[in-house]
Amino acid sequence: MRPFAYTRANDAAEAVKAGGSFLAGGTTLLDLMKLDVMRPVRVVDINDLSRDFGAIAYGPQGLRLGALVHMAEAAQHADVVRNYPVIAQSLSLAASAQLRNMATLGGNVLQRTRCTYFRDTSWSHCNKREPGSGCAALDGVNRKHAVLGTSPNCIATYAGDFAQALIALDATVELAGPSGARRMPFADLHVAPGDDPSVETVLRPGELITAFTIPALSFARRSLYLKIRDRQSYEFALASAAVALDLDNSMVREARIALGGVATRPWRAREAEAALRGKSLDENAARAAAEAAFAGAVTHGKNDYKPELGKRTLVRALLQAKALEA
Amino acid sequence: MTAGFIADMTRRSVLETFAAGSAVAAHPAQAAPAASGTLPVTLNVNGKAHVLALDPRTTLLDALREHLDLTGSKKGCDHGQCGACTVLVDGRRVLSCLTLAASVRGPVTTIEGLAQDGSLHPMQQAFIDHDAFQCGYCTPGQIMSAVACVHEGHARSDDEIREYMSGNLCRCAAYPNILAAIKDAAPRMPDKA
Repeated sequence: MRPFAYTRANDAAEAVKAGGSFLAGGTTLLDLMKLDVMRPVRVVDINDLSRDFGAIAYGPQGLRLGALVHMAEAAQHADVVRNYPVIAQSLSLAASAQLRNMATLGGNVLQRTRCTYFRDTSWSHCNKREPGSGCAALDGVNRKHAVLGTSPNCIATYAGDFAQALIALDATVELAGPSGARRMPFADLHVAPGDDPSVETVLRPGELITAFTIPALSFARRSLYLKIRDRQSYEFALASAAVALDLDNSMVREARIALGGVATRPWRAREAEAALRGKSLDENAARAAAEAAFAGAVTHGKNDYKPELGKRTLVRALLQAKALEA
Repeated sequence: MTAGFIADMTRRSVLETFAAGSAVAAHPAQAAPAASGTLPVTLNVNGKAHVLALDPRTTLLDALREHLDLTGSKKGCDHGQCGACTVLVDGRRVLSCLTLAASVRGPVTTIEGLAQDGSLHPMQQAFIDHDAFQCGYCTPGQIMSAVACVHEGHARSDDEIREYMSGNLCRCAAYPNILAAIKDAAPRMPDKA
């Protein structure tokens, strides 16, 4: 690991003034620093900001999650489990017990891709790591790579689960920065790889995530996160679905759908939602929605299986959500 | 994670990683002109305070093993994938290989701190009784994780224990015996680690 200066920030103002790489749980940062993928000269420890941004609050306005809340805490919080099962499940099905104790919610949504060519610096072609160098994954081992939101420059999968629950539920993200605080729809935080895959979010230099707010949504009790992976636990998604349903008997008033493991960024499947609106939810309707969700899929050989796996994952998630007592 | 990482690692990337002039070997020449010297770090480990002067890059695992001679916590993958380095900080299980020593605020409990007055912790005894290891390298991490798993209330069924112990890999595959040990020890454990 390369040398760096370590400092602690007492509050958000100190943190954004210090600049550098923010250290909370460190589960991505330390890993990628050891791999020489991330090379910060200054590391600013923001764990003391948990005094201001370490709480979970639930009320008539909805849910507010401080960015310094640990994954494990949010996953087991009674209000989250009861009112937003898709959030609780997206967290408890991710990583391991140790990592969930360490990783914070703010850091979780900013976790970097697991693309082997990004993580292994012996590969010279990675536009995300070295802009303009090419993409070794396009004709490489791309079994786990994305099929939605790809560009000719990058097909690295966004690996997170929690972000899919947030984007499905119309969450808002709150930021602190050198030029003050701001907030935006969580859906606007991440950007598709496009021409420059090294740019993953719209965060400005020195900006820090401080909280997430999720609106009150009565039908979110009928929600779930279905995660399909190579092994049953402690593994990233090959395909996943975050689903919330507002049903009138079996008729869909509103559906919220996000897809994980298949896209380059947190992925809201609005075409699938539109396909379900006003329909009676059965296997045929679910399949039609899934076809709409993956209509734009682009595959690269070893991930040719992913659109079909993603569709089946969404069909199963929708039918399971319909069967919930909510 | 580990399985997927190795499966994805092609022959070419393995060869390049170990070739002369690799990225690893190139470090000293490219070292950033950042901080030099050490940081004063106070670690409370197994009830005893230690004041250390550490390079900021020192992980909690390396501080324990290299500076405090507490070599029970093991370095397996060093990337947070195997769980061999699991310790408790503030009573919660964490991966000491992905924790900077300078960032630690709470008291640390390692495998060396479990036995009390010369008596093994019930989880340690259960691992012996159930032959819950072969080579033993993952065992300190397994035991620390198992103690936390029980204290968290996540040892109520076989499936729940398997799920909440999935962050500790055992390449000898002693999993059935580890499960038996945890079920045996859980009702006999003291309230706190």
